[in-house]
Amino acid sequence: MEETLMDLDLKEREEYVINMGPQHPSTHGVLRFETCLQGEKVKWIRPHCGYIHRGIEKMSESLTYPQLVHLTDRMDYLSAHINNEAVALCVENAMGVQVSDRVKYIRTILAELNRIASHQLWWSAFGMDLGALTTFFYGLRDREKILDIFEESTGSRLLQSFITPGGLMADVHPNFQKRTREFITYFRKKLPEYDQLLTGNVIFQERTKGIGYMSLEDAINYGVTGPSGRGSGFHCDIRKIAPYSAYPLVKFNEVTYTQGDTYHRYLVRMREMWESLDIIDQLIDNIPQGPIMLELKAIKPPKGEFYQRVETARGELGVYIVSDGGPTPARIRYRTPNFSNLFIINKIAAEHKIADLVAISGSLDLVIPDIDR
Amino acid sequence: MALLSTLKEVGNYFREIYQGVASLVNGMKVTGKYFVKPSTIVTQKYPENRAELKMFGNFKGELILIHDENNHHRCNVCNTCARRCPNGSIEVIAKKVVGADGRTKKILDQYIYHLDTCTFCGLCVPACDENALKFDNTFEHAVFDKSKLVKVLNKPGSSSITTNE
Amino acid sequence: MYDFGPLVNSITSWLDTTFSPFWAGLISMVLLGLVLLAFYAVLGLYLVYAERKICARMQNRLGPNRVGPGGVFQTIADLIKLLMKELIFIRNADSFLFNIAPFIVIVASIMAIGSIPFAKGLQAIDLNIGVLYILAISSMGVIGVLIAGWASNSKYSVIGAMRSGAQVISYELSVGLALLCIIAYAGSMQFSEIIASQEDGWWIFKGHIPAWIAFVIYLVAGTAETNRGPFDLAEAESELTAGFHTEYSGIKFAFFFLAEYMNMFIIAAIATTLFLGGWLPFHIWHFDAFNKVMDYIPPVFWFFGKTAFVIYLMMWFKWTFPRLRIDQLLALEWKYLLPINLMNLILISFLILMQWHF
Repeated sequence: MEETLMDLDLKEREEYVINMGPQHPSTHGVLRFETCLQGEKVKWIRPHCGYIHRGIEKMSESLTYPQLVHLTDRMDYLSAHINNEAVALCVENAMGVQVSDRVKYIRTILAELNRIASHQLWWSAFGMDLGALTTFFYGLRDREKILDIFEESTGSRLLQSFITPGGLMADVHPNFQKRTREFITYFRKKLPEYDQLLTGNVIFQERTKGIGYMSLEDAINYGVTGPSGRGSGFHCDIRKIAPYSAYPLVKFNEVTYTQGDTYHRYLVRMREMWESLDIIDQLIDNIPQGPIMLELKAIKPPKGEFYQRVETARGELGVYIVSDGGPTPARIRYRTPNFSNLFIINKIAAEHKIADLVAISGSLDLVIPDIDR
Repeated sequence: MALLSTLKEVGNYFREIYQGVASLVNGMKVTGKYFVKPSTIVTQKYPENRAELKMFGNFKGELILIHDENNHHRCNVCNTCARRCPNGSIEVIAKKVVGADGRTKKILDQYIYHLDTCTFCGLCVPACDENALKFDNTFEHAVFDKSKLVKVLNKPGSSSITTNE
Repeated sequence: MYDFGPLVNSITSWLDTTFSPFWAGLISMVLLGLVLLAFYAVLGLYLVYAERKICARMQNRLGPNRVGPGGVFQTIADLIKLLMKELIFIRNADSFLFNIAPFIVIVASIMAIGSIPFAKGLQAIDLNIGVLYILAISSMGVIGVLIAGWASNSKYSVIGAMRSGAQVISYELSVGLALLCIIAYAGSMQFSEIIASQEDGWWIFKGHIPAWIAFVIYLVAGTAETNRGPFDLAEAESELTAGFHTEYSGIKFAFFFLAEYMNMFIIAAIATTLFLGGWLPFHIWHFDAFNKVMDYIPPVFWFFGKTAFVIYLMMWFKWTFPRLRIDQLLALEWKYLLPINLMNLILISFLILMQWHF
């Protein structure tokens, strides 16, 4: 076989290229890291995406606004409610209508439950990336409780398509408040156990502290948002800087750390779970009465361009709609958090060990369908 | 001075070991606790518990056309559900019949539901003004032949209440 | 009580009188080999089953429960599946080395089983350098791992194999030094004599704190030796997909899998023999009634009970801790275990010199 120039170059530097993915246990989906290694050391990483591109944006152009909501579930499937809410809010703002307080409260509670569920799954998978397999089952065990709440009210566990432009698909189940209360008390007992099992563990701390440092400048330059950006001190919580739904009514803290390493990205998410519990705690007993769906003749935003951003479990999701006044968008574009979060990996994981690459990509909490859309 | 700092370092070395081991033991307490408590097992024995397994009432299993005890459904072939469906999973096929009063009427011939392309967005059920549709709680949809997932929802011999009136 | 010596002796003497010396030796070898192989396979399968059940309980699951009552035949079903699976031949792989590697791994662990004393007289061969023999044989397994990684012609496999090599060679030191502490106490490398020296108390009780330190170090290093638990870098499923056995399928993969579990058994059995009194029952000093009752429990149960306890500890480690990184793994050995071990050995020598141990 004829050796290419690239091969010779690699050989001289004693480097070799290894493909992590598209089928690899630690990429959590069909993401491919083209990784150059020197022994155990990672020299550079080229992320390749597009393996699960479904053309959601193009498909949405031929669907009406209520119809295209169900496609947003399939982007970041762990923040399905929040994605739905983003489209719903954008369309509602475009049409200049306001949903009732009841809808706002329920949307916020569902979004925060969704955020907890997402962080639980991330915690499970992050532990597994580091080799602690038991975390996976504890996280999923507690996530089931949230999924039960979702299933009882919305009829689905993962891809709910419950929040729709103009309100909600249906009213929540009468048990909703009771179950959510139960979950809050239950999970407040279980969260310290998470810390006991993993956070305090000396091996875990050694594996994550000081690994994958991301500076504030890098976070801003690459557009890293969400918990990953907040670990570097980037105040990017849309719930705080551009509050929507019921967020202006609740008191919560934006969790930020300035250290910017894997361990602090981990801590941001662990503390966000506490904050989300607090938000739900403030709202769950005060859900006002009101209509759950606006009486709209037709969902047709006026001609123009509209943008709405929300905070998903992974960062800032922007929905950009170009409307020609018809029932379908002329163009819809999603600014998904994972796409921006992914490409910093070369910057923060280079010169680390291959095991650190797994830890770092786990700490960015990537959901691959959200990258490709 | 040098001796003191060396001693300090030695002390740190052993404190590190102690703290490390303590944190490991702390983690083992969690797994050990669950090991000795079988009551915390959350696994459900699925095929055995079929009888007592109860899905939530709202669970979206598959779409059905509601039939009453006289084998009547309420579909009036308005086609709204098929138009609301984002994936074209619903086909409402009408046929023309001559009624008792001599006028031709459109009645339901076949209500075809493609379970294989359905994404369970739930837009069809509220779309129906007659409340003719609902989601059933069945969930065992696995089949060996994809064509079995294309279902005709109106039962044989059924007729619409609206056409009988 | 419960001495297997006469039984074994009567069989050998019967063989010696009936057959010529050559045939008697051959038949006894074949018999022993068959017994050990059967024992090896059955025990390996049930260790896999035990691990799956134990980790399930720790993770709030039921574990295997479909094949047989409580899933006891699950691993046998798995073995049958693995036997029937296609052995995938890798293009550009070194086929001779690729095929021989799983056998090296499994032969190394079968050979080590031979000198483990299960009960009085129930030992295939009682070498006068038993401990040294087991150390030497069990570290041969890493050659198989290295060959497997190299011959697979896969980058993941090579990384896994090299990690395994670095790991086993470093931790071999700690295992050896930890065992040396007990050898120093007992004054012999022969398993039967080490056990005999514990008639009046197990070394972990007689040996003061240094014996405890040695036991903990041995457990940590032993876990690392078997490529398990927090030290499973050679496989590192989330990093290297499956490490050195990425390219293996079917029964060849099963050999690696079985060898891992049997290595765990061997490590636990050595810990039992050296630290926990082997097949000796648990005695409390000056508590004769209790000791009498303990004596009635057959030594085989004592041996397997203690081994199961050590194996359970190792499984507990595995299902609780995250994996170490390769540099941390080596730092743990060279910066912590080895210096502590050396100091411990000096301390023990001093204790023995002053006759301070019981």
